[in-house]
Amino acid sequence: MSDWRPAASPAVLRLRARILGRIRAFFQARGVLEVETPCLSRAANPDPHIESFRLAGVSRWLHTSPEFAMKRLLAAGIGDCFQIARVFRAGEAGRRHNPEFTLLEWYRVSWDHHRLMDEVDALLGELLDAPPARRLTYREAFLEFADIDPFGTDAAGLRARADEAGIAVSGLGEDLDAWRDLLLTHLVEPNLPRETPVFLHDWPASQAALARIRPGTRPLAERFELFWRGMELANGYHELTDAAEQRRRFERENTRRHATGLPPMPLDDALLAALDHGLPPCAGVALGVDRLLMLAAGVDDIRQVLAFDWERA
Amino acid sequence: MATYSTNEFRSGLKIMLDGDPCAIIENEFVKPGKGQAFNRVKIRNLKTGRVLEKTFKSGETVEAADVIDTEMQYLYNDGEQWHFMHPETFEQVAADATAVGEAAKWLKEQDICTVTLWNGVPISVTPPNHVVLTVVETDPGVRGDTSGGGGKPATTDTGAVVRVPLFINEGDRIKVDTRTGEYVGRVKE
Repeated sequence: MSDWRPAASPAVLRLRARILGRIRAFFQARGVLEVETPCLSRAANPDPHIESFRLAGVSRWLHTSPEFAMKRLLAAGIGDCFQIARVFRAGEAGRRHNPEFTLLEWYRVSWDHHRLMDEVDALLGELLDAPPARRLTYREAFLEFADIDPFGTDAAGLRARADEAGIAVSGLGEDLDAWRDLLLTHLVEPNLPRETPVFLHDWPASQAALARIRPGTRPLAERFELFWRGMELANGYHELTDAAEQRRRFERENTRRHATGLPPMPLDDALLAALDHGLPPCAGVALGVDRLLMLAAGVDDIRQVLAFDWERA
Repeated sequence: MATYSTNEFRSGLKIMLDGDPCAIIENEFVKPGKGQAFNRVKIRNLKTGRVLEKTFKSGETVEAADVIDTEMQYLYNDGEQWHFMHPETFEQVAADATAVGEAAKWLKEQDICTVTLWNGVPISVTPPNHVVLTVVETDPGVRGDTSGGGGKPATTDTGAVVRVPLFINEGDRIKVDTRTGEYVGRVKE
């Protein structure tokens, strides 16, 4: 017999509706425009750590975030905008992941990532009564909670730290960023303070994704992530606006995909053309609405906030 | 050789790890939004019973362990090995002391046990949750003492020592929970 009943309780489903309403009110009060962009795109995200679903029979991909299309709107002059989008990532299922989930994504023209962090903080305060977030650089967080410098240490050194912490792992080889991700998820995140949300900013340049890189003796990505109560809630950038640099990053990601046996993705030429035309300086962030609900409802499994999770969908 | 990818991981799955058959107890998918995904699993080594944690890079494949649990009847112990029989096929297997381990003290002839076979060879034996054993040795109880406070040790016909109420005598049959080793009740004929 098929389990047709919802996974979430009626109370949580009502809470979901209330929170969506409050998110819209928050942005409306601040003059941020709600937009909608397509779920199905000709292009796909080449990020080697994110797998897109492909439609059978037609050359369309389900988007993994509305970022590319929203940047085209920004380049066309739409101004500050937000979207509550259903997005899709193949293979991501677990206690905090569902392959189909809801992202709140928004952009602020002429803002940098610090000003955007202030706004994320305000939103959390409004929706979750969260106390003001603590702000740490990626490096400070590693030094404080993993007792190691993530920049001054090579793969072998990070591996030694993992060994020392009793983390048994296989398959990472000499991939420096994979070792950083391991220590981040296994040592830093579990030890972050739980009483306040925490922003980690200034990420390794090699993990810039679509953030601009601030030059210096050690170039750093102007990227931030928000964590609270053991969960990663949001990821934001002071956005890269340089079309040539964006194309190089996309191509590098496809090269990495090829090297690890993954198929290359069709690049978003429309996004690159929009960047060529000119993306206004801006900051943007994506926040996991289902995880936000988990915190609001005080539950620890994403299924408890979804009407029908992946297995029941 | 059968293999499993990390995205097939779920509790109960039997995999090979460092040459030993193991069962996944818990599987947690861990992934930074923009980074490497991991499967963080809690695993029981089926030979030693030890529980350990291990992290796999998502997408890795691991060898499947040919491990099955079968219900078998315990026949006898020949001094070195414990012999079990499949109640339908009458196929017999012999388990050594390493495989039987702590279960030995609960094994009563003809009881149906769960025998875990790896490549056809027993690696562990789980006794029934409840067994009925005969007390072969215990101090005489004080008649009428029903306070239930103290209790006393009693040795059973399988060699297990169980804490029993004072009114239990030698020759009594008692029901014991093998998971906790605790006395459940006296069995009347």
